[in-house]
Amino acid sequence: MELLRDKAKSLLTGGAVQVVIGYAAGSATDRFRPHFARSADDADRLIFGEGCRQNLAVYLLKPEVRAMGKAAVVGGPTTLRTLLQYAVENQIADGLVVALALEDGRVEELTSFAAVEEYLAQRPHGLSDGDRAELEQHAARSQKDRWAYWSAELARCIRCYACRAACPLCYCEQCITENNQPQWVPVASDAFGNLEWNVVRAMHLAGRCVNCGSCAAACPENIRIDLLNQVLAQEAMTQFGAEAGYSVRKEYALSVFKPDDKETFIR
Amino acid sequence: MAEFEPKIIAFVCNWCTYAGADLTGTSRIHYAPNVRVVRLPCTGRIDFMLILQAFGQGADGVIVSGCHPGDCHYTAGNFHARRRWMLFRRLLDFVGIDVRRVTFSWVSAAEGAKWAELVNSVVADVRTLGPYEEFPQRLGGPGQKPLEVA
Amino acid sequence: MSESSILQRASLGAWLEAMGRAGQRVLAPVREADRVVFATPSAPDQIATGFVQTPASAKAVVFPPYDEMLRFRANGEDVHVEEPSIAAEPTVLFGVRPCDAASFATLRAVFTWDSPDAWFEARMASLTVISVSCTQCDEYCFCTSVGGGPGSTQGSDILLTPLDDRRWLAEVLTEKGQAAAALAPQLFAPANGEAANKEKVLAHVPVRFEAKEFAQWLPSLFDRTDVWKEQSLRCLGCGACAFVCPTCSCFDIQDERVRDQGTRLRCWDSCGFRLFTLHASGHNPRHVQSERWRQRVMHKFSYQPERLGVTGCVGCGRCSRACPVDMNLGEHVRMLSEMSV
Repeated sequence: MELLRDKAKSLLTGGAVQVVIGYAAGSATDRFRPHFARSADDADRLIFGEGCRQNLAVYLLKPEVRAMGKAAVVGGPTTLRTLLQYAVENQIADGLVVALALEDGRVEELTSFAAVEEYLAQRPHGLSDGDRAELEQHAARSQKDRWAYWSAELARCIRCYACRAACPLCYCEQCITENNQPQWVPVASDAFGNLEWNVVRAMHLAGRCVNCGSCAAACPENIRIDLLNQVLAQEAMTQFGAEAGYSVRKEYALSVFKPDDKETFIR
Repeated sequence: MAEFEPKIIAFVCNWCTYAGADLTGTSRIHYAPNVRVVRLPCTGRIDFMLILQAFGQGADGVIVSGCHPGDCHYTAGNFHARRRWMLFRRLLDFVGIDVRRVTFSWVSAAEGAKWAELVNSVVADVRTLGPYEEFPQRLGGPGQKPLEVA
Repeated sequence: MSESSILQRASLGAWLEAMGRAGQRVLAPVREADRVVFATPSAPDQIATGFVQTPASAKAVVFPPYDEMLRFRANGEDVHVEEPSIAAEPTVLFGVRPCDAASFATLRAVFTWDSPDAWFEARMASLTVISVSCTQCDEYCFCTSVGGGPGSTQGSDILLTPLDDRRWLAEVLTEKGQAAAALAPQLFAPANGEAANKEKVLAHVPVRFEAKEFAQWLPSLFDRTDVWKEQSLRCLGCGACAFVCPTCSCFDIQDERVRDQGTRLRCWDSCGFRLFTLHASGHNPRHVQSERWRQRVMHKFSYQPERLGVTGCVGCGRCSRACPVDMNLGEHVRMLSEMSV
């Protein structure tokens, strides 16, 4: 923790950044909250633990935070992947964000996209073994069981959009749900509307999701919506070699194509 | 008891499949009347939400069809559509939606016979599967449940 | 009209059965997978225990996530309108906390403010609230700061307090409560002075601020943009807090239409959403999150008390538990109240 705080302080006092976005202690022992350190005193409150699930990169695109100036953001591999995906999508410029990559108590300061790429290249890609196994378990159920599970789970969605708000890649200033000419996604939380909302979100993130899990962590109904994102991330990888957030040169899988993309189901 | 007649909605591109379906008619080929055709300029314009909306408004099956890869009137629309369909179909399958009820195809303007064959085959398959009763119906739409007591 | 008696916890099954025979639907906290939700228990031991609070409130019983108000179908120039009949199912809400019971007064103040809301009134009239006092609380609870308490009888038709693991003290508070107890009168024994033991078992919920004083002080903070900005910096603008809250009652009205038919419905809305105050002109009087956060606090702690004479918050803590970024309303309000010192 000292390493992180010292690093943050030196960045702030040296003027390299105007804010360090990290975590501080939350309301309970197992709870953390996003913290915006703008002074050395602020930086003393920075901590990190297993309960730090909210991807802090989400704040980089908020006008209130952008107005502060250059930012440093604390996080693990998925936060770093978010930065590169932001770069692919032209949301942040190189050199304006410092990444403070945390791993096993060490802090590495990454000041450019190239540095982030290199850091990620040296580490395992994609889902953890545990996550992969869990996804496979879900996929292995019968169609009937899958529908029973998902129709019940999605029916519990209350359309609070905590998933959308927590997701760093959901940054559209006007979300598809906010269109009413036409009303693509019904506003009320009926079964059809919930299915459509969650499918839309998964599809709009396909090939862009960095698997940070902030969506599922944010969901007040504990619905495993992250599984929807994970299955599409896996499919995008298998079919198109697409993997969000590992390179600034990798294009969005759904805005490019190969003439010989192969599928098995088109008649 | 009347035999179940499936409702099939087909989202087709104007330049190939729609023209192909037209050819089916002008060739006087008879085929199942269960399909309602929705014409779009290109499969690239077909939002996957249209498929969900079709099911949510009472469709038992959906056909999505366009030009063969390489023949798109807008050059690359169907290439983009193809990628989208690959991901969307995987997602539908994962949540347990019956992907046998969704048929993707390439039918060119010259393939009048293929269109008829495709429709007949889809109608027969969906007839066997039965009405898609599990799929939630859109509020305000034709498939919604009777108005409940508040 | 409070009468106290003793109810053996082992008698709960018999009482619930009597309720069922009398045509009452029973809703109680029940464990479902990793959650505690309000559902109909199939047996008394299904009713969840050992938890501080349910993640979501019980307001859906009187104010569901969406309500169809009417259906319409056009036939050329003619429009046929169908309205639902409003006949709420007689329901016993069993096992809610005193904070939840108190929240119905706030909902009632809103829904009967000028034109009475027929759905709400019908459901409220058919609802019997049987609460259970709190013997434990957590760091998010602050009922005692907003005029409530772990053993408060406000809003309950019957309040049960677990004196020990075998017996409840049952305070029958209203006519509805009497009717519920009368379904199985043999189960209730005289209290014999046990009411005096109620305080001993209640949780200790520290007072963090005083709501009435705070309501006086709060309006003077309106222009402290710096404070609101700082507090709301981490807020993501989702609707989780509003939707789990027992007193939040804002709703949107939408027409869901498919060609010539449709339904007009109302559904939950949140003042935290950007769209909440977006005008058709494009102007948004609360276009930044800090203004939406300020509104949330002022609505609950100043506007509602001032205009409707009810608290806008019952201190249940759900918003703080549900918030993805730990906004902790109670903590923020305490900080604001301390600024007056």
